Amino acid sequence: MALETHAATGIHSLLWLLIALPLAGAATLLLGGRRTNQWGHLLATGIAFATFVLALMSFVKLAGFDEHARGAVDHLFTYLPVGGLEVKADLFLDPLSSAFTLLVTGVGTLVHVYSIGYMEHDAERRRFFAYLNLFLASMLLLVLAANYILVYVGWELVGVSSYLLIGFWSHKHSAATAAKKAFITNRVGDVGLSIAVVTIFVTFGTVAFDEVFANASRLSSGTATAICLLLLLGACAKSAQFPLHVWLPDAMEGPTPASALIHAATMVTAGVYLIARSHPLFEMSQTALNLVTAVGIVTVLIGGVIACVQDDIKKVLAYSTISQIGYMFLAVGMGPGAYPIAVFHLLTHGFFKALMFMGAGSVMHGLHDETDMRRMGALRKAMPITYITFLAGWLAIIGAPPFAGFFSKDQILETAFADGNYLLWVLGLLGAGITAFYMTRLMCMTFWGTSRVDKDVHAHESPSVMTVPLMVLAVLSVVGGAVLNLTPEGSLTHWLEPVFGHSEHAKSGVSPYILSVVTIAVVLVGAYTAKVMYLDRPVERTAPENVTPPVRWARKRLYFDSVYESVLMRPGQYLARALVFFDGRGIDGAVNGAAALVGGTSGRLRRVQTGYVRSYALGVAGGAMLLVAGLVLVAAR
Amino acid sequence: MNPAYYLFLSAMLFTVGTIGVLVRRNAIVVFMCVELMLNAVNLTLVTFSRMNGRLDGQILAFFVMVVAAAEVVVGLSIIVAIFRTRRSASVDDASLLKW
Repeated sequence: MALETHAATGIHSLLWLLIALPLAGAATLLLGGRRTNQWGHLLATGIAFATFVLALMSFVKLAGFDEHARGAVDHLFTYLPVGGLEVKADLFLDPLSSAFTLLVTGVGTLVHVYSIGYMEHDAERRRFFAYLNLFLASMLLLVLAANYILVYVGWELVGVSSYLLIGFWSHKHSAATAAKKAFITNRVGDVGLSIAVVTIFVTFGTVAFDEVFANASRLSSGTATAICLLLLLGACAKSAQFPLHVWLPDAMEGPTPASALIHAATMVTAGVYLIARSHPLFEMSQTALNLVTAVGIVTVLIGGVIACVQDDIKKVLAYSTISQIGYMFLAVGMGPGAYPIAVFHLLTHGFFKALMFMGAGSVMHGLHDETDMRRMGALRKAMPITYITFLAGWLAIIGAPPFAGFFSKDQILETAFADGNYLLWVLGLLGAGITAFYMTRLMCMTFWGTSRVDKDVHAHESPSVMTVPLMVLAVLSVVGGAVLNLTPEGSLTHWLEPVFGHSEHAKSGVSPYILSVVTIAVVLVGAYTAKVMYLDRPVERTAPENVTPPVRWARKRLYFDSVYESVLMRPGQYLARALVFFDGRGIDGAVNGAAALVGGTSGRLRRVQTGYVRSYALGVAGGAMLLVAGLVLVAAR
Repeated sequence: MNPAYYLFLSAMLFTVGTIGVLVRRNAIVVFMCVELMLNAVNLTLVTFSRMNGRLDGQILAFFVMVVAAAEVVVGLSIIVAIFRTRRSASVDDASLLKW
């Protein structure tokens, strides 16, 4: 690895606080009980802000280092000293993890602030903030870990926090089921990741990033492919990629701020982080990289198509998230030149998707938890701030220049084209068109057109504690892309160069401006189609039944969920029930039966103890006579 | 005289005692039957002692007498105590200690 690292000094030796602070916050709120109800949310928000400040200071100090020495290792203690395996609890700050800590703590702080308003009337608000803090600690551990074991620990912990937050309203059956679905689907990926970590240890004799990557070039292609495919399996589950994407839409059962933080901006991008972080391994296997790209483009299209027919505003955003993370996978699979672009799209997506989720939360807040877009419409008048900020998010995601998404998505398509991978480019372009369609559809059905809101619901704007985070994210969605891309020395690509190495962009014969114009044209077609269908024609309050087969398929989520249910879930349930029966009747039956046999027999036998002395005497006399008779018989032999 | 006659006598006495213990209800009578059994055994011991020309059996008979005397003291006091509380000397009435 070209990056020199050195022991952490100054503020960098306080990196552990990034994890310890939110963890302490979560512990305080969970153990403190009801007496922390009054100030719990303020404590949690304060801690989130403190981690952001710490991340910012660490970033500034890191930027002050020489370009090729931007790596700081904070050795805390030796975590697992077992024979040949010595896992150190090391935190590792480099340009990549620094970018992630800023995103996680920054969006995290905004979500905390927003949740103060959103969860105000929830009796369990304190518990919600405890989980948010727990998530913050887990996610920061995941991105700061300096070896695969610690990454795995963080990986599992974000899974747990996600499970807790999805099932936050566990009195709702759907929320409890969704939490289970998310957890079990993630388990599939966790198996892949754990086998990958073990394989890495067996192959390299260590799990530390620097040692593994330094020796990556000695990998045989077979081993490299095996490790990378297992890592990809883990990444697919966590990032909700095809074929393990099914849990994310159901995860919308959780409170909306949690969806914004975990299921849009940060946790679901952990898969992209894992692949980007392990890039020296992936570079040893072209097969694995190709598969990453394939997974990415398939997911872009699947997510996009299903998002087009969803009527639930959060579900549209969920499928949109799946689709956008597909773009990141697409980019990260295209090799060295495209890693920074994947991270770039990840950051901009973190801004605008968190913004739109929180905007959707604001809409739900104003409409008494209505999520069906067919019962919205014309909300731009009732909720002007939410509308304006959402507008910024919409322009950013469809890639309108100069909003954030334009720069990142455009670069992905441009790289695909420059690599000569025209099929990928065309499909990516199609994905961009679909994105424009479903997001414009969402805007038309929610904010524009005529009002279809129920008579007894009076839409109102959310309090400022909720709208201010929206405004901050809106500003980031507007300028984030330009700031991260255009400033020459401070551009993200340049910033990440010490991690990913320098690589010249492949240049195609076609000017990038022409490609951008093509992309924008496709986006306009998508947006215009949506406008014709959902703005110029009236939207019905219930979803129409007589629809074309493709719409019907998309409404059935392209049958992924049904197939998984009938092939995996039902047999699993039958197996579980059979095992419960076997356990209850078989194993417990044998144990309980033996006990009942002994009990029953002794119950009858004790009747022999009659309490009459004469009967005992008869027993003694009889026994003595038997003994004597036996002796006589033996003597007679 | 043939010593075996003494053995027949003691066997008959022992049988009478055993049957008495098993069929009689009055605690005092049961008690006397037990004494009868003990003395039947004593007679056997003395007879065998005589037959074998050794004193072991006679010494053992003394031990049995001592034990029987001690047993009479304890047993009779128990019977009196039970009679005082329950107004009955029947062994079948004192059947609380069961199951």
